Amino acid sequence: MRAFVTVLRRELRIALRRKGDALNVLVFFIVVASLFPFGVGPEANQLRAMAAGVAWIAALLAAVLSLPRLFAADHADGTLEQMLVAPQPLALIVLAKIAGHWLLTGLPLALAAPLIGLQYGLPAEALGLLIVSLLIGTPVLSLLGAAGAALTLGVRGGGALLGLLVLPLFVPVLVFGAGAVTSTLTGINPSAHLSLLGAFLAVSSLVGPWAACAALRVALD
Amino acid sequence: MTSRLLQFAAPQAFFPLAGKLVPWFSFLAGALALAGLYVAFFVAPTDHQQGESYRIIFIHVPAAWMSMFLYVVMACWAGLGLALNTRLSGMMASAIAPTGAMFTFVALWSGALWGRPTWGAYWVWDARLTSELVLLFLYLGFIALKSAIPDPTRSDRAGAILALVGVVNVPIIYFSVQWWNTLHQGASVSLTRAPSMAATMLLGMLLMALAAWMYSIATALSRVRSIILERERDAAWVQLQRDGMRAAA
Repeated sequence: MRAFVTVLRRELRIALRRKGDALNVLVFFIVVASLFPFGVGPEANQLRAMAAGVAWIAALLAAVLSLPRLFAADHADGTLEQMLVAPQPLALIVLAKIAGHWLLTGLPLALAAPLIGLQYGLPAEALGLLIVSLLIGTPVLSLLGAAGAALTLGVRGGGALLGLLVLPLFVPVLVFGAGAVTSTLTGINPSAHLSLLGAFLAVSSLVGPWAACAALRVALD
Repeated sequence: MTSRLLQFAAPQAFFPLAGKLVPWFSFLAGALALAGLYVAFFVAPTDHQQGESYRIIFIHVPAAWMSMFLYVVMACWAGLGLALNTRLSGMMASAIAPTGAMFTFVALWSGALWGRPTWGAYWVWDARLTSELVLLFLYLGFIALKSAIPDPTRSDRAGAILALVGVVNVPIIYFSVQWWNTLHQGASVSLTRAPSMAATMLLGMLLMALAAWMYSIATALSRVRSIILERERDAAWVQLQRDGMRAAA
């Protein structure tokens, strides 16, 4: 447990010293979401119906953009090898890095999402649900994304490849996350969506760290 | 018996065995496909709702079956390779992937051609179509990851991890897409097929499915032979074989 806290604090401290990295992802998220109306036109009803999907897709892209950095710096300076040979279980360290990634990208995205919701004219209730669905769903992006980041570690063309690997796996998150918000607009109770999103979070919290650890061992073999 | 089978886990022993099996499976694939196509075009009756266009089913359904089945087979080989550290398993997984991707593409393409006359559109966001599309992306991701890593051992293991994560996700994706589709589109278009299929239609489809199996085995085996040669090119037995072929020529 001490190892978890230590690694997490280290992640956060490094991020605080380079604030730009986390901030760029957040700005990217808002820029992508703001581009859609230019493409489809400013019709209010259409934008309201699209809002959740746009916010979620922007969140997926922002996550993919931020993921290559999850292990890259530690790989470059040899810290990752030390983590592999450390007596503490690798899964714990990886989980701490995933938690750090979520606190620095997923959480800010969820908190900034109402801004996009307002641009698209979402009612207050749907705004709340957008935050809730992003809070439940973005950890999945960090968990499964960590596996993708570990698999593409040190691979040429890693960024685009990472997107190709993890975006199809994010389909359920997108369906249930955006579905929860859209369903309230049509007066359907969103709890089923949120429960399924939570179930997917539970599954990926098992699969993601396992796959990330295995992939890290392969990458540094 | 087991030990005699297991000796083929060595690429060197498997290479000649695969070479002997490929012609047999190719022949079976050709014969079954001919029989299946004969039944499909000359024996099976015309569908009273869809007319002749339904005959795409004889390509479409076997391709869709194979595309899903091959992903599971590929993941099994990949998992086996990861667990037992056998070299051949990883090679089998990489040999199966292109065939699986091809069948996924054929299923989508023939589905689009079938959809035009029956649904009036090449593409509808139907649950089955959409999950097939995601399956194609998963295949492409697997192939792209494997080809991006030059070291064969590392490439096999990384691919195996991805295939295993994918195989866990395939049913989740399938059901989530189904859920999404029912919510967004209400009553979605479905295949308006006659409730009970004529026996000859079923026969034609089964023959074509068997042909697809045989074809997959034949292509996977001949592809794995190339992979074995490529990876073992510095091994003594490959050099010997090459020298033997040169002498014969």
